[in-house]
Amino acid sequence: MSTQTSIPTPRSPYVRRKTTRGNYELYSWVFMRASGVLLVVLVFGHLFVNLMVGDGVKAIDFAFVGGKWASPFWQMWDLAMLWLAMIHGTNGVRTIINDYAQRDVTRGVLKGLLLLAFTFTVVLGTLVIFTFDPCPADAPAQLLASFCTA
Amino acid sequence: MPTAPAGTLYRGREGMWSWVAHRVTGVLIFFFLLVHVLDTALVRVSPEAYNAVIGTYQTPIMGLGEVGLVAAIVFHAFNGIRIALVDFWAKGPKYHRLMLWIVIGLCVVTMAGFLPRHLMNVFGGA
Repeated sequence: MSTQTSIPTPRSPYVRRKTTRGNYELYSWVFMRASGVLLVVLVFGHLFVNLMVGDGVKAIDFAFVGGKWASPFWQMWDLAMLWLAMIHGTNGVRTIINDYAQRDVTRGVLKGLLLLAFTFTVVLGTLVIFTFDPCPADAPAQLLASFCTA
Repeated sequence: MPTAPAGTLYRGREGMWSWVAHRVTGVLIFFFLLVHVLDTALVRVSPEAYNAVIGTYQTPIMGLGEVGLVAAIVFHAFNGIRIALVDFWAKGPKYHRLMLWIVIGLCVVTMAGFLPRHLMNVFGGA
């Protein structure tokens, strides 16, 4: 009674299935952390210069914006902040929609609206930064930055 | 008498509430961002149009709204760093609760620096 019974392998051994959907969610997860760190610097800098320095929010007017965007440094700062914040925020809201909108139609509609808002805001903001004229010819001089009349 | 489940590590504790607060502040900031790009876009309409709208940001009620906005941003920023540390730092998950209290402490300190200056700008004369 010492015959060895050989039991065949019940099925082929476990092989990790290759994902068919790409690594999109992984990249989005990494992006949230990387852009988040950059945004802390960009947004805190933005808040400090606009709300803490000088008279803060009371000093913001067309001439203030003109003074800032006359410099490529602030143009690039605001451009980076616009793009990173919009992608970061849109991706965050996408996650929330995926979590709470259970019906396929609801989820699709909400994400369609989100994409629309994203595209509109990023295109508008980018155009404004690059086509802005700090010294429009037909505007009263007292509303403009001092370098316009100099 | 049914009782609430006890002894869960996550539900109803620091981990869950910081996650809730991160979502709520994130959505608030996102919608403000949409509005803020629109109001700034008025610089392409005319100086008068931009000044008229930005003037509404300088009223007392909006001044208090800006306090809430900055508080939401400050929490979202510091808690975001905490999330990255939980994910990437080997000891992050072990210290995630302690780190939340550090986040709250940093928020208090930051707001203590911001509030007097901003309230003086909004409510101070001249």
